[in-house]
Amino acid sequence: MSKTILIVGGGLAGTIVANGLCRQMGAELRNGALTITMLGTSETHMYQPGLLYVPFGRIREAELFREQRKVLDKRVNFFVDPAKHIDVEKNQVTTEAGRTFRYDYLVLATGSRIMPQSIPGMKEGGHWFYDLDGARKLRGALNAFQGGKIVINVNAPHKCPVAPLEVAFMLHDFLKARGLWEKTELTYTYPIGRLHALEAVAHWAKPEFEKLGIKYETFFNTESVDPEKKTLTSMEGSELSYDLLITIPPHQGAQVIDDSGLGKGGWVPTNPKTLYRDGSTNVFVVGDTTNIPISKAGSTAHFEADVTIDNLVSLCQEGAFAREYDGKVFCFVETGLSSGTYVWFNYTTPPNPGPPSQMIHWFKLAYNRLYWLSARGLL
Amino acid sequence: MAERQKIDARGAFCPGPLMELIAALKLASVGDEIDLWSSDKGSAADIPAWCAKVGHAVVESTEHDGYWSVVVRKAK
Repeated sequence: MSKTILIVGGGLAGTIVANGLCRQMGAELRNGALTITMLGTSETHMYQPGLLYVPFGRIREAELFREQRKVLDKRVNFFVDPAKHIDVEKNQVTTEAGRTFRYDYLVLATGSRIMPQSIPGMKEGGHWFYDLDGARKLRGALNAFQGGKIVINVNAPHKCPVAPLEVAFMLHDFLKARGLWEKTELTYTYPIGRLHALEAVAHWAKPEFEKLGIKYETFFNTESVDPEKKTLTSMEGSELSYDLLITIPPHQGAQVIDDSGLGKGGWVPTNPKTLYRDGSTNVFVVGDTTNIPISKAGSTAHFEADVTIDNLVSLCQEGAFAREYDGKVFCFVETGLSSGTYVWFNYTTPPNPGPPSQMIHWFKLAYNRLYWLSARGLL
Repeated sequence: MAERQKIDARGAFCPGPLMELIAALKLASVGDEIDLWSSDKGSAADIPAWCAKVGHAVVESTEHDGYWSVVVRKAK
């Protein structure tokens, strides 16, 4: 009997899963034993980590986008028709256009989104680079900046956990090259008691900040922003003034997850090893959508997707579960406009960042293009 | 009605236990409790210190074999 795998979400995780399944189950797709369907929200696929370079004019916007139908294997039935209700009891998903899709296996890959509107004044008073519109506006603000106080303000939870540090280092180099660094006071705020969630990265970043003259305030969770007075206050009781506020807004998962009763805030309770939704054995959760206490990052999505492909193929072909996710995460860390390093870790191996080098920076620039091979399931 | 949510952050290197707690409290209602499990020694000290600063209540803090559990009630 024919099986249907339904993927909700057309970001990196969902796309890798779809393409990987096509590569391993060509025979089943040919003989009609398998159908793969994806429900996406857009005709275009965006390379999200590339947004970091937009404010500094270091990537062309056209490089960030591909048509999703061209990124996806042609054998995937792709609909730009966002899920409206996911019913894991009836094994079906209804969409905004009113269609109903039944499934044998469901992959939830609905991702996360920024919520600047969740903090009073942040949307009006802040700049960010986590979406294209924000990155464009920040580019304009940086081009007009002639000196003053900049605050890089990090809020929990957020995806791409090294991006806030990267933007601080890149901003330093950008302003230095423009002769504006001496006229700038840059302050970085972070929600917990060190500069980064990863202890090893925090220990590395602190002397780097001190060497460059970047100020910092830890235990800073934004309570409100006053766009008129140009100040921001923290839940911990401190206040900072700014001329330019670059915020990493708090994130939430997709509204459809909340609306379907699958997880508060859009995060789905997920087994950290099997990636099954808690309580289901035919629903996998990948990428930012999980509630696993792990980095919400493209590499996490990629490695989870690889495991999920193997498990779906094995379940369909052999009737057995194949392997568990080991918590692997790999992140490049840009340490300026011409140097970089990387961290990797998993559930049992702590991270240990190496010394920054120009070569790793170049490899990151190369990966900005190699990404499209990852999305296609080739890398 | 107040809820208690468990977060098993044992072995979590990133974003780590305190960041998980902060994120969970943002979604919780006043009176809800978060039962956070952590194997990170620093958390046992960091979490009560942060709660005292922000005004949330630490209801319990228990050392188990190889990990701590800290129950925090959202106070505001």
